[in-house]
Amino acid sequence: MSNKETVSKTVTVALLLCLVCSVVVASSVILLKPIQKVNKDLNLKANILIAAGLIQDGASKAEIEEAFKSVTARVVDLDTGEYVDASVVGKKTALEYDQRKAAKDPKLSEPLPSSEDIAGIKRRVKYAQIYLVEKEGEVQTIILPVSGYGLWSTLHGFLALESDANTVVGLGFYEHAETPGLGGEVDNPRWKALWPGKKLYDLDASNEPKLEVLKGSVDRSRPEATYQVDGLSGATLTSRGVTNLVQFWTGEQGFRKYLNKIRGEA
Amino acid sequence: MSAVKAKDVFFAPVFNNNPIALQILGICSALAVTTSMQLSLVMGLAVMTVTGFSNMAVALIRTQIPSSIRIIVQMTIIASLVIVVDQILRAYAYEISKQLSVFVGLIITNCIVMGRAEAFAMQNRPGISFIDGVGNGLGYMVILLFVAFFRELFGAGKLFGVDILTSVNEGGWYVPNGMLLLPPSAFFIIGLLIWGLRAWKKDQVEAPDYKLSAHRVKEAF
Repeated sequence: MSNKETVSKTVTVALLLCLVCSVVVASSVILLKPIQKVNKDLNLKANILIAAGLIQDGASKAEIEEAFKSVTARVVDLDTGEYVDASVVGKKTALEYDQRKAAKDPKLSEPLPSSEDIAGIKRRVKYAQIYLVEKEGEVQTIILPVSGYGLWSTLHGFLALESDANTVVGLGFYEHAETPGLGGEVDNPRWKALWPGKKLYDLDASNEPKLEVLKGSVDRSRPEATYQVDGLSGATLTSRGVTNLVQFWTGEQGFRKYLNKIRGEA
Repeated sequence: MSAVKAKDVFFAPVFNNNPIALQILGICSALAVTTSMQLSLVMGLAVMTVTGFSNMAVALIRTQIPSSIRIIVQMTIIASLVIVVDQILRAYAYEISKQLSVFVGLIITNCIVMGRAEAFAMQNRPGISFIDGVGNGLGYMVILLFVAFFRELFGAGKLFGVDILTSVNEGGWYVPNGMLLLPPSAFFIIGLLIWGLRAWKKDQVEAPDYKLSAHRVKEAF
């Protein structure tokens, strides 16, 4: 107690404390990492499957793993619309590719000019990771990653399409920080139920992305209703953000070339 | 200080000396996470764990801490504990940790934790300091749950995610009060709560800093 104010004592206490604290922090991070990774992977898989309508929210781990067996990941070159080998992005399998990490990597992405960046994502990846649900060798569902800025946050989610590469199977977001109860209603199952059956493009007219979220509700008697989804009440900016991100990712900068190719082959 | 009783130390922060309601500490996270009961509960538990263990750790080495670096020492201990709690939440309560996101990390800056380390743990034994920390965490959690009860019930029509008043979005009759889901509403609820608490326990009312004297001068015009 007597001389704890000396310089040497101060330095000793500081060093010892830092040592102990860093050991505690480092070991908790290292020890818990495997469990966290399992959670994260499972969460991603669950979200892919939910968007594709293969499982319901709250499915067990075994159900998710079982259902995910029918899903294969592929890497797509957004500029050509062709599948590329996973080695192009420096991975062994397409499943290992982390598109969100790649969006920050100057080698795998490029900055978007603000005039084209309608979704507010700033950088565009050259290669996208998509998922195919196959049954007996036939592609049933195409699942595309989508992201874009809403009101407060970037929404990350999946858009699932039927094999015609035009009809929506489902849209779901696995990460966002919109206002709970207002913009956060993008997670509401009743709103998500409005998406299946909608079409991305009017293929007879043009190849421009057409699907949008309206402000207010859709007049179902009109022919455009196939390309329109009811807006979220009280969340105009989030609704607009969803429109922007869907149109961006189905547009020229997004998956349009790839989807054209799919339709050409079909 | 040796006469402090464990029971008093534990329960005093819940009503008599509540960190939020009386000391007005830790308001910012109380605004952010009280949109749902579940989030508030987990956040309360996280803060309780951190205040408890940081108080204990600080009290353990209180005789060794040179006073010139004591604040830094407390910060280091608190920050380490918060990281550990955050990692545990991410491993075992993934869904909730996603929603709490940055607010777990921000426990470091929660004034309650450091306030108790400096005000109590630096002068007391580890055991009683731990109880003091847990008590203060509990006081924080009680307020969080109280605020969240109103915000979730009237803002979303739910409690712990279970529908109580079925909202129009779900096809029911209740039109949710959107303002209650926004942070400013917590200010109103906390304000009303403090008013209520001080009307009940008159001794919590501070003496006025100054008194207005009666107006004596005649107006010149």
